[in-house]
Amino acid sequence: MSQDIINFTLDGEKVTAKAGESIWQVAKRMGETIPHLCYKPEPGYRADGNCRVCMVEIEGERVLAPSCLRPPTEGMVVTSATSERAQVSRKMVLELLATDQPEREESPDKSSHFWAMADLLAVDATEARFDESIKPCADNSSKAMRVNLQSCINCNLCVVACREVQVNDVIGMANRGSASKVVFDFDDPMGDSTCVTCGECVQACPTGALMPSTVTSEEGKGDSADFDRKVDSVCQYCGVGCQLTYHVKNERIVYVDGRNGPANESRLCVKGRFGSDYIHHGDRITKPLIRLEGARKGIHNDFDPAKPLTHFREASWEEALDFAANGFVKIRETQGKKALAGFGSAKGSNEEAYLFQKLVRTGFGSNNVDHCTRLCHASSVMALLEGLGSGAVSASFMQAKHADVVVITGANPTNNHPVAATFFKQAAKNGTKIIVLDPRGLAMKKYASHMIQCQPASDVSFWNAIMNVIVTEKLYNQKYIDSMTTGFDAVKEHVKRYTPEAMSPICGVDADLIREVARLYATANNAMIFWGMGVSQHTHGTDNCRAMISVALMTGQIGREGSGLHPLRGQNNVQGASDAGLIPMMYPDYKRVDTGSVKAMFEELWGTELSDEPGLTVVETMDAVHDGSVTGMYVEGENPAMSDPDLHHARGALAKLQHLVVQDLYVTETAMYADVVLPASAWPEKDGTASNTNRTVQMGRQAVKPPGDARQDWWIIQEIANRMGLNWTYTHPRDVFAEMKQAMPSLNNLTWERLEREHSVTYPCPAEDHPGNDIVFIDNFPIEGGRGKFVAADIVEPDERPDDEYPVILTTGRQLEHWHTGSMTRRSAVLDALEPEAVATINREELAKIGAKAGDMIRVSTRRGSIELLAREDVDVPAGVIYIPFCYAEAAVNMLTNAALDPVGKIPEFKFCASRIELVI
Amino acid sequence: MSADNNQDNVVRLHPGAGRNKSRIHLRGRQVNLDTLAELRELIGDQPIKRDMLIEYLHLIQDNFGYLSAANLAALAHEMNIPMAEVYECASFYAHFDIVKEGEQPPVAVTVRVCDSLSCQLAGAQQLKAALEAGTDPTQVRILSAPCMGRCDTAPVAEVGHHHVDHADVAKVVATIDAKHFHADIPDYIAYDAYVADGGYALLKKCLAGDYSWEDIQKVLADANLKGLGGAGFPTHMKWKFVRQEPKPRYLAINGDEGEPGTFKDRMYLETDPHRFIEGALISAWAVEAEAAYIYLRDEYPASREILQIEIAKIEAAGLAPAGGIHLRRGAGAYICGEESAMIESLEGKPGLPRHRPPFVAQVGLFNRPTLVNNIETVYWIRTLMDKGAEWFSSQGRNGSQGLRSFSVSGRVNNPGVKLAPAGITMQELMDEYCGGMADGHTFKGYLPGGASGGILPAGMADIPLDFGTLQAYGCFIGSAAVMVLSDHDNMRDVVVNLLKFFEDESCGQCTPCRVGTEKMVKLLQRPDWDQVLMAELGQAMCDASICGLGQAAANPVNTVFKYFDANLIATDLAASAKPVVSAGDIT
Repeated sequence: MSQDIINFTLDGEKVTAKAGESIWQVAKRMGETIPHLCYKPEPGYRADGNCRVCMVEIEGERVLAPSCLRPPTEGMVVTSATSERAQVSRKMVLELLATDQPEREESPDKSSHFWAMADLLAVDATEARFDESIKPCADNSSKAMRVNLQSCINCNLCVVACREVQVNDVIGMANRGSASKVVFDFDDPMGDSTCVTCGECVQACPTGALMPSTVTSEEGKGDSADFDRKVDSVCQYCGVGCQLTYHVKNERIVYVDGRNGPANESRLCVKGRFGSDYIHHGDRITKPLIRLEGARKGIHNDFDPAKPLTHFREASWEEALDFAANGFVKIRETQGKKALAGFGSAKGSNEEAYLFQKLVRTGFGSNNVDHCTRLCHASSVMALLEGLGSGAVSASFMQAKHADVVVITGANPTNNHPVAATFFKQAAKNGTKIIVLDPRGLAMKKYASHMIQCQPASDVSFWNAIMNVIVTEKLYNQKYIDSMTTGFDAVKEHVKRYTPEAMSPICGVDADLIREVARLYATANNAMIFWGMGVSQHTHGTDNCRAMISVALMTGQIGREGSGLHPLRGQNNVQGASDAGLIPMMYPDYKRVDTGSVKAMFEELWGTELSDEPGLTVVETMDAVHDGSVTGMYVEGENPAMSDPDLHHARGALAKLQHLVVQDLYVTETAMYADVVLPASAWPEKDGTASNTNRTVQMGRQAVKPPGDARQDWWIIQEIANRMGLNWTYTHPRDVFAEMKQAMPSLNNLTWERLEREHSVTYPCPAEDHPGNDIVFIDNFPIEGGRGKFVAADIVEPDERPDDEYPVILTTGRQLEHWHTGSMTRRSAVLDALEPEAVATINREELAKIGAKAGDMIRVSTRRGSIELLAREDVDVPAGVIYIPFCYAEAAVNMLTNAALDPVGKIPEFKFCASRIELVI
Repeated sequence: MSADNNQDNVVRLHPGAGRNKSRIHLRGRQVNLDTLAELRELIGDQPIKRDMLIEYLHLIQDNFGYLSAANLAALAHEMNIPMAEVYECASFYAHFDIVKEGEQPPVAVTVRVCDSLSCQLAGAQQLKAALEAGTDPTQVRILSAPCMGRCDTAPVAEVGHHHVDHADVAKVVATIDAKHFHADIPDYIAYDAYVADGGYALLKKCLAGDYSWEDIQKVLADANLKGLGGAGFPTHMKWKFVRQEPKPRYLAINGDEGEPGTFKDRMYLETDPHRFIEGALISAWAVEAEAAYIYLRDEYPASREILQIEIAKIEAAGLAPAGGIHLRRGAGAYICGEESAMIESLEGKPGLPRHRPPFVAQVGLFNRPTLVNNIETVYWIRTLMDKGAEWFSSQGRNGSQGLRSFSVSGRVNNPGVKLAPAGITMQELMDEYCGGMADGHTFKGYLPGGASGGILPAGMADIPLDFGTLQAYGCFIGSAAVMVLSDHDNMRDVVVNLLKFFEDESCGQCTPCRVGTEKMVKLLQRPDWDQVLMAELGQAMCDASICGLGQAAANPVNTVFKYFDANLIATDLAASAKPVVSAGDIT
C-alpha cells in the first residue's frame, strides 16, 4: 500500500519523506549532501546506484544501501553521517577510484565533481594506498570533445546521458569487471562513431573524462572552473528554445551548458553547445562599411568577406547611419513609400522584430516588411489562422510524452529540432507510437512504429485518404464536431472520392497502411501531429496544412493533454518575430492591416498614419525590385542571397537595388550587394526575449560585448528611424517590451521583470503567477464564432514535375550542424569541422545510374542553374530523389530551386523541383 | 551549362574554413548490405526478438568462428537496437570473439584450459604452458577459462566443445588431431525410460487437477527443500511469493552452475534430465507461469544437447506449458548465476545484477514476477513426492535435515558428487565418501562453498556443513562445492587464484567489486600482505557491493587471515615470492 508521507529516522532524527523520494533526497532536504558520483540530481537522470559512494546503514539489513536509490519505508532507521561503517565504505570507494586518477593538477578537469567529492570525504588522492592499474589512452578524435578515460570511474552517467536522456544511442559500457569501459558504438574513436556531438555526456561526466575541447588541452589537462562569469540565457539556433548557460572568460564564450528550461530539461544539441564561437570569428565586422565608389556589387572572386576593404571603406556610425537613412528618405520622397521594403529577422529578439516592423510601417510608410517565416511556415500559419484563428501551436512538443500516437511529417527533428526529438524518442521508448511520414527515411524511424516513405509532394492525397477512412468507418468524433467545429459536412462529402485505393498510387502508401494509420490516429486516446517544412514548402503547402487540421478537428485530437497540432518552428524567434508583426499583411498579434479598426488602434499607438494595403512578401519583393517598383531595402539579419529560391533571380534583384542597407555580423552573401553594411550584435551579445515553438517567451541575456564598434540591433534600428523623422527614445529592450504589451494582448501577464526572474513564461498566460498555457483551444478557438473551421483541400500538382530532361526530384533542407545559410555555423570551428563541404545526399542506385559512387563530385542542374558538390551516399533517400542542404555558398542549392509560390502562404516550393545529375569528370 | 559554384575562380567564397573533407557516408559504421542479407539467411524466419540477442551472437560465432564488426553492425540494424547495445553484450561474455575491421580472426581451434582452483591444484598452469609450447599458434589458440564443472577430473581442457578430462598434452593434441570438437553425450535416462519408470505421472496429475499447487507446496515445506543454487531460500516460500504477484508470471531455471568446484547440476542433467524437467514443469504449473526459461551455462554443451533432444520429446508429448520451454545458452559469465544477472542475460543483455528491492519474485524476467529455481532444487520435486517429505527431512546429521549433493574436488582420493546428509562435517565427508586424503597429501584446509564460501583450516573440519552452520565463521556452504587443500598447496597461490577469478568475473557495475577485486589481487601479489588494508578493503567490498559476488569476494582473504596460522602464511608467502603466474587470465 503506498503512503503519501513516510516517517523514518535519519541519523537519530525523525524525518518524513514524500512518496518517491530517496533517502539521498530527504537527506539533501535536511541539509546533508551525501557524497555522490553516479547519481546526478538533474531531470532525466535516474539513480543508478553503481558508484557506492552514497552508502548508508539501514537497521536490520546485512549490508549497506545506496541512498540515491533506496526509498525510505515507514519506520526505517537510517544512519548516514553517524554511521562509521558507511563512512568507511564511502572513503574506501573514493580512495579506490582516486588511485587510478591522474594527479589532480594534471587531470582533465581539476575542478570536477569527483575532486569536490574527494574533498568532501577528505580523501587525499596522492596518499592512495593501492597499486595503480593501466588505463586507456586519450581519444581526441572528436572535433568538439576530449575523451580521457584514464579519469573515467565507470559511473555510467554518460551512458544514461546518451541512451536515456538524449536517446542518441552511441555510448555503451563494454567488457566487464576491471576491463569494463565506456565505448562509442563498437569501441570506435568518438569522432568516427555515430555520435551526433550533442555533448550531453560532457555535461553529465563527473570527472572530466569527457570534456569540451575548449576547456581541456590535447594533453588532457583542464579546468571547468576556468571562467570569469556565467550568464544564463537561451539558445540562438532553432525554435526549440533551449535554456543554457554561457561560461565566459576574457570576453569569450569558452563553453556552454544546458539549463533546466521547460523545453530542454538541461539538454542541448551540437549547435547549442558547441556552436557559439562564430561570434568570435575573424570575419566579424566591427565598423560600419560603406561601399567604395564604383566597387562591383555581388559575389565575385575578387571579394573576400574576411577582407572587405577591397570593396568597402570603414565609416563612423554617424556617417554610415546618415548614409543609410538618407538613402531611404531620398527614395521615399522621390519614388514613394512603396519603393522601400524591409526584411527583418527571426534570429533577433522580439523587441528588435517589433521595432523593425514599426520602422517600416511608420518610417518607410508601407507594409513592405517580411522575414524568413515566409520561407518556412507561412503556409502553416495561414492555414492555422484560417481554420483555428491562431497561427501558433496548440500544444507544446513536450506533450508528446502524453500522446499515444504522434505523427511526424515533413520534419526531421533529430537534425533540425534535436532536443524536441529527444522528447519524441523518450515518448517512443515509453510506448508512444510514432508514425513518421516523409519521402526520406529519417533517423527518427529507429524509434517509430511506422516509417512511411511517401511520394514527395503527395500530402493532400494521403491526408484526404486518411479522412476518407475516418468518415467511411465513422471514426470521427461527432460530439467534438458538433460542439467545436463548422463545415464538417462539406469536408465529409469532399473526401468521399479520396479512397485509400484511389490515393495509394499517388501517395505511394499502401491502402491498408493508410487505413491502419487512420484508425491508430482516430482511435488513440491522445494523438498529435508535428510537421515541418516538408509540408509547408510547397505550392500546395497551405492545402497540406488544411488537410491535417481537418483530420485533427474531425477526430477531436486537439485541446487536450497529449493531443494537438504543432508546426515545429525553425528559427529561435520565428514565432516571436511573426507575433511582433514582421508580416506584410499583419500588425503585431496577427491583426490584419486592412481591417479599419485595427489600423486606427495602431495609428493611435504609434502616433502616425498607416497604410491599409498589405505589403509585399519576400519573393514578391524580389519580383518588385526586378520590375522597378522597389528600389531601396533594409535587410536586418537575413540572407536572401542564399535563402531565397531561384538565386539568379534574387541576387539579380539585390544587384539592381539603388540602395541596400544590410545589418549583420559579417559581410554575408547579401551584404556583398550592399551599399552600406552596419555591424550588428550576435544573440549572445544582446538582451532580449525570444519566443519558441511552444509559445514560450524566454529571456536572452547578454553574455559578452559585441566586438569593436558593433552595436545593438535595437539601437541601430532606432538610429535609422530617428534619421527618418521618427522620434524614438527607447533606452533598453525593456522599454520596447513595455510598448509591445500595449499592442499585443498575447503578452498579458508577461512582464520584462517577470521574464528576468522566471526566465520563461508561456502565452497565453492567465495570471501573473501562472506559467502559461501549455495547451490551448480547450473549449473554443480564437476565431469568430469560436469554432474550428474545416477547409477542404484538393490535390495540386507540384509546379515542376520531373521529365526526361530533368528526371530527378530535388529537395532541400538543413543539416544538423549547419544553421540555414551557414553564415554563423560555418564560422564555428566545431560545426565547420563536422560538416566542412557542400554535400548532396543520394542513394547508391541513383548514383550508379550516372556512373558515380559515394565521394564523387556530381553536378546537379535545373532549368535555373547548376552546382557541383560532393555526393554522400544515403540509403534513406528514395530512388529518384536528391537532397541538398542550402547552407553552402560554394554550391548554393537555391540557385536551382523553384520560386513558384503557394497562392495563400506565398511560400516557395523549396521541397520539389526537377533536376538532372551528372558525374563530374 | 557551366556550374554556378564559382562564376569565377573563387579564392574563398564560402564562410567555412574548409579544412576537413566531408564524410561520404552517414555517420559512423555503415551496414554492409551483403552482410545483412547473409545474416538474415542465418537467422532464418524466426521473428526478431530483443531478448534473443545472445542467441543470435552464438549463431554468428558458431557459424563464422567469431563476431565480425560487419556482422555486429548488421545485427544491430536488423534488431533495430543501438550498435553500442550489441557491443556491450558481445564484449561482456567470454565466449564471443569480436573481430573489428583489420583485426585477425581467431585461429581454427580454440583450447580452453580450466584455471579454477581444483584444476590449478592438478597442474592446469603447467598444462597450459605445455600446450602453448606444444601446439602451432597459427592453428590452435590456448586460452584460460574459469571452472568447467568437471573438477573431479582435473585438470580439464576443452577443445572446441569437447572436454578432455584428466587432460595432458598428449590427450589434447590427439583430440585436436582427431578433430574431436563436439561434446560427447553420456548415457542418460531418456524420455521413454523415464516414463517407463513412472516419470511424468506426477506432472500429469498436477495438470489434471488431481493435486492443487498447495498440495505439492506442503510437501516441499515439510521436506524443508531449500534453494540448492546456494542461497538456501525455502522453495515453498518462493512459490507463495510469486503466486502473490499478478500474472503474467514466468519460471526461470538457473542452470548457470558457475561456482568453482560445483558440478552437481551437470551430473543430474547428464544422468537423469527428465527428473529435472518434470520438476521444472511442475514449478511452472505451480506458479501458473506463462513460459519456462532454462538458462544453461555455455560450458555444458553435452547437457544442452541432451535438453534440446529431450525437450523436443516433451513438446511432442504435449507436456510443455503454453508459452513453451525456452532453453537459453549462457556465454561464459559466472555472474549470470546471480539470479537477477541471469534474468538480464535471458533478456539478451550483459549480466549486470539488479538492485534489490524489488526482488525477482516481484519484478523479474521482462519485469514480471518470476520464480527462479536452481536445477537441482526442482530436480528433487518428483523424488520428494514419490518418497515423501519425511524420507527427505529425516536424513541429515548433526541437527540438519535432508540431503546435499556435495561436489567434492581437490586433494581427496575419490572426488565427485556425493549425495550425503546435510550437516555432515568435512572430516566425515572426506572419510566416509571420498576415501580420505589423496596419497602423499596432508590435510591443510578446505573450501566449504566454492570460491566464495571462505577457507577453513584442517583443524576446523568438524563443523557441520549446511545452510547457516558456517555463517558464524564468516563462511557459507553455498552450492556445496567442497575443495580440499593439502600441504602441497601454497595459500597465496590459492587466494590469488580465487581473487583473480572474482576479478575476471566481476560484472564491473559497482566500484567496490570492480576496483576492489582488482586492487585486492594486486595487494595479494605484493611480497608482504598488508593485512590492515586488505581487511579494510574487504569490509567495504562486503558492505557496499551490489551483489553476492562482490560481497563474498573477500571471504577467502578474510578467512585465511582469521583461521590460518600466521607462521604458515608467512612460510607460504616466502615460498611464492616469485611472481604468481596469472591463473585467472582470460584473453
